[in-house]
Amino acid sequence: MRKLFEKIVQWVLTGSGFVTSIVILLIIGFLFTEGAGLFRGRVIEEGYVLALNKENPVSRLTAEQIKGVFDEDIANWKEVGGPDLPIETFRLEDVDRYFSEEELGPQYERAGEAIVGWVEEHPGAIAFVPRVMIPEEADLHYIEDRTISPAEVFAGAEWFPTATPAPLFGMLPLLAGTLWVSLFAILFALPFGLSVAIYMSEVASERMRSILKPVIELLNGIPSVVYGFFGLIVIVPLLQQGFDLPVGESGLAGSIVLAIMALPTMITVAEDAMRSCPRSLREASLALGATRWQTIYRVVIPASMSGITSGVVLGIGRAVGETMAVLMVTGNAAVIPTSILEPLRTIPATIAAELGEAPAGGSHYQALFLLGVILFFITLVINMSVEYISSKNK
Amino acid sequence: MKKIEVKEVDFYYGKFHALKHISMEVEQNDVVAFIGPSGCGKSTFLRLFNRMNDLIPGSRLTGQVLIDGRDIYAPGVEIDRLRKEVGMVFQRPNPFPKSIFDNVAYGLRVNGIRDKSFIAHRVEEALKGAALWNEVKDKLKASAFALSGGQQQRLCIARAMAVSPSVLLMDEPASALDPISTAKIEELIRELKKEVTIIIVTHNMQQAARVSDRTAFFYMGEMVECGETKMIFTNPSKEATQNYITGRFG
Ligand SMILES: Nc1ncnc2c1ncn2[C@@H]1O[C@H](COP(=O)(O)OP(=O)(O)O)[C@@H](O)[C@H]1O
Ligand SMILES: [Mg+2]
Repeated sequence: MRKLFEKIVQWVLTGSGFVTSIVILLIIGFLFTEGAGLFRGRVIEEGYVLALNKENPVSRLTAEQIKGVFDEDIANWKEVGGPDLPIETFRLEDVDRYFSEEELGPQYERAGEAIVGWVEEHPGAIAFVPRVMIPEEADLHYIEDRTISPAEVFAGAEWFPTATPAPLFGMLPLLAGTLWVSLFAILFALPFGLSVAIYMSEVASERMRSILKPVIELLNGIPSVVYGFFGLIVIVPLLQQGFDLPVGESGLAGSIVLAIMALPTMITVAEDAMRSCPRSLREASLALGATRWQTIYRVVIPASMSGITSGVVLGIGRAVGETMAVLMVTGNAAVIPTSILEPLRTIPATIAAELGEAPAGGSHYQALFLLGVILFFITLVINMSVEYISSKNK
Repeated sequence: MKKIEVKEVDFYYGKFHALKHISMEVEQNDVVAFIGPSGCGKSTFLRLFNRMNDLIPGSRLTGQVLIDGRDIYAPGVEIDRLRKEVGMVFQRPNPFPKSIFDNVAYGLRVNGIRDKSFIAHRVEEALKGAALWNEVKDKLKASAFALSGGQQQRLCIARAMAVSPSVLLMDEPASALDPISTAKIEELIRELKKEVTIIIVTHNMQQAARVSDRTAFFYMGEMVECGETKMIFTNPSKEATQNYITGRFG
């Protein structure tokens, strides 16, 4: 009877371990397959073509050039390696401005012909139209469509996932935004966190410690949206006034909020490490005539270095993955930041803000999953370095 | 003048009366052994001489402890200077997680000595004095943790001796070591006594008999008697001492 019971318990435990591992693997697998789908997607929107006059020799355009052309930043074909001809763009949305109702037909059944005719008449024309609208006998020239390349994703400096005809998935601004915010968060949190950890472990009286410790641990439990709220109401206006900025939402505001959020982890882990520095080492140092401060910085801190570093890196880990608070205070401009006082946008904030609007299975959706993969790798590296550091000094 | 004089000392951990009205004297370059059952206050007493008990909140002392005629508990005494004068070796080897060299140099450096060649010279002397030099001279940069327990304890002795103290306190320095390492430590004590006055706590009576000139027997916070080691072990004046050394309790 008891044997059977123990067997069942064993099965249940094995089973839960198994299920957990499978679920984790599934999530990672899911992230990767969805993310990798982006590179099978096409540069030009599904089902559309970019039609040119047949005299126009240009047949390759990058996604960025396409965007430039349709935003009228690029006005002449010679800028993209073609003849010296002004560019005339045509989007399907504008169809009513170009043609009369008679030309198009009441049900737009003649729209295709009308557009083809227009392109044939205009040597500098480029038209963004659904493939099905173009009659088979039309004599036009098309921009080659290709799959999205990793280079334009990982090295691309522009993130315009909803641009038409060709969305831009350059992830550099988001990566840079994440790294900037995290870096500055660490810069703020590090000196402060270490001082508090040293104070709590070495200076504070037992009474003070018994008050401070639970308070700091409580900070860890505050939902991040509350931190975001605090940042929005207090830090953002302060920065706006203090630095005389057009908008207070900035990388700096994000870093400050993140620094506050990273502090509890950093402090608790570092403080635990310092307190676990053996009493015998402190006594040895004091007995040699070292003062209390000499003992702290020559013995206690070096001896608990691995724990302190773990605390710092775990704090960073929190900063890198944090979504809500950052989303609320950084202004979310997807440009590569040149200064920490500008609005910027991080990877987690991008995913959270855009996933709801991205059509499932589309390129935008897949790009967001790819961002998830990148984030996964960043945190993986962080966690592995914690493991490495804490195993090294054992 | 006596090296150390203790005058009517009482010591309390909060309300607990740990040392009761103790007076004693120690001659320069003597080795004095403290014996007694565990919990009787030997370590507490030993740690009075370098004011290590100051670290314990709620502890309190009355009476006087004089070293070289100066009251070390008088107001204005600099504790770090005192601890440089009175070195200490602990029960368990406690080297710092640093190199062998840095361990021995530690006391010099925290006392503000920067002169590299002087430090190197003192480290070598101290390691030689602790009979460790030949074993470690080729790996001074190696971590102190790479040494055996006995070597670590001798390293701790070298570390204490590097700052040239005049008194060395040892709290059961060999209790965590094997017999061979213990023998080495005892031999070392006989050498070191040429330079310093040594007070050693031990629960090993043979050890006390082998290394010390004088022995003090403690019981329940009192110093029952203190006298020449030979006398204490052959002809103690108190019955409690007699019972303890013949192994009837403790
Ligand atoms: N930090 C302390 N706080 C309170 N009591 C202590 C402390 N250290 C030691 N004691 C008590 O003082 C008595 C003497 O301890 P100790 O000097 O360590 O004895 P010994 O070294 O002879 O074994 C013991 O009863 C012990 O419980
Ligand atoms: Mg003891």
